Amino acid sequence: MISPADIATIPFDDWINAFVRGWLVPNFRPLFQAAQVPVTLVLNNLNAFLLFVPMILTTVVFALAAWRWAGRGIAIFTLIGFSFIDMIGLWPETMTTLAMVATSVLFCAMIGLPLGILAARSDMFWKITRPILDIMQTIPSFVYLVPIVMLFGVGMTPGIIATIIFAIPPMVRLTNLGIRSVRVDLTEAARAFGSTEWQMLWDLQIPLALRTILAGLNQTLMLALSMVVIAALIGAGGLGLTVNTGLGRLDVGGATAGGVGIVILAIVLDRITQGLGEGGTVRTVSLRQVLTRMLRGKGAAPIN
Amino acid sequence: MTNKITVTNLYKIFGNSPEAAFDLLVRGDGKEAILEATGATVAVQDASFEVAEGEIFVVMGLSGSGKSTLVRLLNGLIPPTSGQIMIDGQDVAQAKGDMLRQIRRNTITMVFQHFALFPHWSVVDNVAYGLKIKGVAPAERREKALAVLDQVGLVAWADSLPGDLSGGMQQRVGLARGLASDPQVLLMDEPFGALDPLIRREMQDELLELQKKLKKTIVFITHDLNEALLLGDKIAIMKDGRFVQVGTAQDIVSNPADDYVRAFVADIDRGRVFTAGDVSNVPVTVQLHTDTAEDALRRMEESQLDALYVLDGDSVSGVVTHRDVSAALRQNGPGNSKLSASMITNFSAVNEGTYLHELFGPASAGLPIAVTDVGNRLLGVVETQAVLAQLDSESTQPPTPHQPATGVPDTDSRVSHTKEVVK
Repeated sequence: MISPADIATIPFDDWINAFVRGWLVPNFRPLFQAAQVPVTLVLNNLNAFLLFVPMILTTVVFALAAWRWAGRGIAIFTLIGFSFIDMIGLWPETMTTLAMVATSVLFCAMIGLPLGILAARSDMFWKITRPILDIMQTIPSFVYLVPIVMLFGVGMTPGIIATIIFAIPPMVRLTNLGIRSVRVDLTEAARAFGSTEWQMLWDLQIPLALRTILAGLNQTLMLALSMVVIAALIGAGGLGLTVNTGLGRLDVGGATAGGVGIVILAIVLDRITQGLGEGGTVRTVSLRQVLTRMLRGKGAAPIN
Repeated sequence: MTNKITVTNLYKIFGNSPEAAFDLLVRGDGKEAILEATGATVAVQDASFEVAEGEIFVVMGLSGSGKSTLVRLLNGLIPPTSGQIMIDGQDVAQAKGDMLRQIRRNTITMVFQHFALFPHWSVVDNVAYGLKIKGVAPAERREKALAVLDQVGLVAWADSLPGDLSGGMQQRVGLARGLASDPQVLLMDEPFGALDPLIRREMQDELLELQKKLKKTIVFITHDLNEALLLGDKIAIMKDGRFVQVGTAQDIVSNPADDYVRAFVADIDRGRVFTAGDVSNVPVTVQLHTDTAEDALRRMEESQLDALYVLDGDSVSGVVTHRDVSAALRQNGPGNSKLSASMITNFSAVNEGTYLHELFGPASAGLPIAVTDVGNRLLGVVETQAVLAQLDSESTQPPTPHQPATGVPDTDSRVSHTKEVVK
């Protein structure tokens, strides 16, 4: 049987090697090294801070946040879960993982939000961005771990960079979606009253897209957590390292302990950010509104 | 009165090659032919009109007639393909960027069909939106917004969210938002189209009330001819992107330009378009103190009328019927009958602007209806037959009040004929 490979073969892998090793790394390594400085700065400070704060205080803060935005059940779960992590001796690793996740999400938001806004405003830009986001989401993360190591070296920061690449697409996508789904007649009204593009963005588009944007943030957070173990392969610490070490030593207990830590952290963070998204923009009737409505109902019949 | 809006030869063609379509259009091709040849849609073609200051100009058309495009051309939300739009001395068709924004902030505002209120802002913030965009300080804009909300009767709801309000109230907020920045021109794109019929009536009346005070120049878009006839000082009927007819309500109902307009007009309530002034006749009268019963009878026979109005000097005192006067003469003998004895004093009087649908009650008494001015002077007389004739939708002749049949030299009557068609 004849196949296209009999006619010609393409040395695709060699081309990529030549591109990355021969051109990208020698020419741009200093640039990439410089680019990771802010990431390192944020990560180290956050990590140091979280390790410095006593476990009890952190747990209480998280439990209160859970109570405020996600309800009493999650608050109790937070107390028990965090205590459990502490008792199995993984509190410092958990805090490192939290610092890594928070740093990734922060940078994802800082990069993803403007990109999403841009994508919503320009169909051309969205046409270009969309396939790139598709690639970022579908390409196995192991594929870009090696070039990342070549460009950034090993350690925590390259792990964060890999996490950002993996976790940023939902942020861009949902910001774009949120802004695009603001009702056309509202943006038309804003234009008809002579608002500038910036005024429209701040007064109308971002507030109305906020719920969708926060859903994107939640997705980004979950993806970042799921990258924790993989990032540990290139030298990032935290719970991922615990899992990897357990894996290497066939230490089922150690790996499971690390895994349970990640799951508990994931549930707490997910519920809090979800609650944040819903509570932020969903209109709930407050006691004050109910009272004023009742008083008005008695005083003057609503004019229809 | 000066013209606030002057639109000259305005065209809007949507599609990739508007120039090619424009050439075809000028050559005289139809809308469908152009769509087939170039893929371009002609939305507005050759619209020219003027709107005087303080006037309500209604553009009426069915969906797809280009009326919504037309109103968006006026504030530059859609740029025109060609033509000139002068609003308050500024050419909107040429304005771009910052200049266009300034025009929208200071000169033209808009009220939308589906209200387009910002759901995350309170009512008062919504009303103050135009002021916020202009950069007015928060305290001042709240004060102004509350003043406008007071005009539309919604001050009590200032701090509610729009979602808590009914449709009619929401559109009042929309109207207040349009009025808050005190614009010269208010564009209203089917503002009452999304409201149920009862509320719509209420809002129409309220708009007319407000307009009496505010005297804004309004361009009002609607698909409802009754609404157009009620509100419009001038009405344009639009079809396939062009104006079929422009005129007053009476013009359009009494002289439809073509079958399209005629078909529309057939269904409308003529009783709400024409007034007593449109159908009244020159009165034939007798004087209470100087004329006798015989005079009255003779005059009625000469004019072939069944009843006459009796004047005391200039003012109306009553009405006498042929039957009553002749019965009185028979009973009392010639020369003994005083006019006042057979006079009916509880006659119906209306003013010139009274719509025909309000005349049904008075007309049912069977007596002619007096049209009087504020000083009780008799301006004309409406015969019941004239009301019915005008309501007949088959008759599309202009409302010309018929002259008294015999043209009696009405020497005794000092009432001059002052009737004019009410605009």
